[in-house]
Amino acid sequence: MKSSYREALRAGIRDAMLRDERVFLMGEDVGSYGGSFAVSLGLLEEFGPERIRDTPLSESGFVGAGIGAALAGMRPIVEIMTVNFSLLALDQIVNNAASLLHMSGGQFNVPIVIRMTTGAGRQLGAQHSHSLEGWFAHIPGLRILAPATLADARGMLWTALEDPDPVLIFEHGSLYNVTGELDDDAGPVDIDTAAIRRTGADITLITYGGTLPAVLDAAEQLAAEGIDAEVLDLRTLRPLDEAAILASVRRTHRAVVVDEGWRSGSISAEISARITENAFYDLDAPVGRVCSAEVPIPYAKHLELAALPSVDRIIAAARQAVSAGG
Amino acid sequence: MAAGVLETLAPEDAVLATYREHGHALLRGVAAGAILAEMYGHVEGCCRGRGGSMHLFDAATRFYGGNAIVAGGLPLAVGMALADKMSGRSRVTVCFFGEGAVAEGEFHESLNLAALWQLPVLFCCENNLYAMGTALGRSESQTDIALKAASYEIAAWAVDGMDVVAVEDAARHAVEAVRAGGGPHFLELRTYRFRAHSMFDPERYRDKAEVARWLERDPINLLRAAMEAAGQLTAQEWEQLQSDADAEVAAAVDFAEAGTPEPLEDLTRFVYSERAGNTGTGAGSGRSGP
Ligand SMILES: Cc1ncc(C[n+]2csc(CCOP(=O)(O)OP(=O)(O)O)c2C)c(N)n1
Ligand SMILES: [Mg+2]
Repeated sequence: MKSSYREALRAGIRDAMLRDERVFLMGEDVGSYGGSFAVSLGLLEEFGPERIRDTPLSESGFVGAGIGAALAGMRPIVEIMTVNFSLLALDQIVNNAASLLHMSGGQFNVPIVIRMTTGAGRQLGAQHSHSLEGWFAHIPGLRILAPATLADARGMLWTALEDPDPVLIFEHGSLYNVTGELDDDAGPVDIDTAAIRRTGADITLITYGGTLPAVLDAAEQLAAEGIDAEVLDLRTLRPLDEAAILASVRRTHRAVVVDEGWRSGSISAEISARITENAFYDLDAPVGRVCSAEVPIPYAKHLELAALPSVDRIIAAARQAVSAGG
Repeated sequence: MAAGVLETLAPEDAVLATYREHGHALLRGVAAGAILAEMYGHVEGCCRGRGGSMHLFDAATRFYGGNAIVAGGLPLAVGMALADKMSGRSRVTVCFFGEGAVAEGEFHESLNLAALWQLPVLFCCENNLYAMGTALGRSESQTDIALKAASYEIAAWAVDGMDVVAVEDAARHAVEAVRAGGGPHFLELRTYRFRAHSMFDPERYRDKAEVARWLERDPINLLRAAMEAAGQLTAQEWEQLQSDADAEVAAAVDFAEAGTPEPLEDLTRFVYSERAGNTGTGAGSGRSGP
């Protein structure tokens, strides 16, 4: 069936609401407005205001309330409009959701799912465009997901809800309108493993979320010039599927990490470090990285585009890796 | 304050408190030995030594911490009450916090949500006039905390926190109202901190005369005097109470000192729930649920 990424997310939420009456969706404008990115459009009519719960502009308050509801047996899906606004809820996410199980010596787990939009590309300026999922991936106790495909948009949510611990799902804003074929029987998917989206022998392009389409595009163009790139979609940023990363790099002997986050202290730095720690002698070239420029994402179209990973920059990084060394 | 409030709760109710939660945990029914062993960092502690003094938790008595982030527990209390309301359970969630929390955004967000959704939660503000060294009047433009709570359309009133019976009366009324579906309630319990904030506090911010004045209103002495005057407590019973308490403390110290440290191999346990085939990151251990 034809579906957009947005519709796939909605189908996932709907499915979860139907499967488990403990599931409810809460966040700013998820109900009457239909979701700030229209993900939950129509769900209020179907499930009513108790389970499709509009909240005031109180990120810390309603994220914390979601954590409390999870502690008391519910399975809340909390939507935060964008990752920038999640900063107002960092205390609850880091100090409570991620820490309670450990602090309580294993007594209190927090089965909450927090969804939010991430990423740039829509000329919304710095306060709506950042990619901070790598930051969250720094935190023990959290699981970090980045669905890049329709199947993952549809299927990750239920698996995340079944996870006994807090799961954060990052939806890249540029993906909502992506449309394609989704299996009629598409359902829950695993949230542990990375996926090879394109096999190749010469280099591994490692990415996730919003940059997957650009990386696939780059891989096609590279193929035309005789460079056979493998594309690895991380899917889960914490815990990283290190085995999949290393296995691919050991086959191709070259790697470029593509990440819309900034480069300094980033998830791309973590991946690069793990490759050099564990597969250094398998490498034929230094690990390359394509990240966002170290600037608050600017508004002007040309500046914004220049700040973000692009197909051209990915191709250039891949060429450099292939031309370097043996 | 904890004695007066917790006396009015049922076992199925939930309690959240701050880093100054030792008395609350004890009165809620967490064993003194388990509390002290936790402070020793021993496996026998109520959190296996993972939480420590400021993070006491106990699933059996529905004691949800122990939160060392000022105001960090209020949103959790709101969510727990939301879960009870959505599930049609008539449980009450009680959340204790200091007056310092009133300056935090989470206080206001939580009161608003609780009132907006008419949730079964009782907020208990322990107003001891200081947040570390900051006197209330130096941090709040409006120092009447019950009045602030009332501005959220929450039934709120101030109580003499040094009078255990007055606290219990107020709490009983509030808890009954909350349980009956009357929405959130708020008690401002007016009290004082006799001791320094912590071991590192030289108490430069208040004079000894002020402390001495408040010591005259020590809640234990007040209760004792009132009970003796009413013929409810003999000198002999008082002595017995004191020696019982001493014995409980001595037993707790023995228990804690005899405790064992968690093996280092278990360092990274309880970061994720432990499930079959998932030992490094998790172990079916979590017990959150109705
Ligand atoms: C968010 C946050 N900021 C600062 C601190 C440091 N701190 C610990 S206790 C305290 C004072 C809190 O005062 P109050 O809420 O009145 O509680 P009391 O100690 O008087 O019981 C502060 C500022 C903290 N723990 N959390
Ligand atoms: Mg205080």
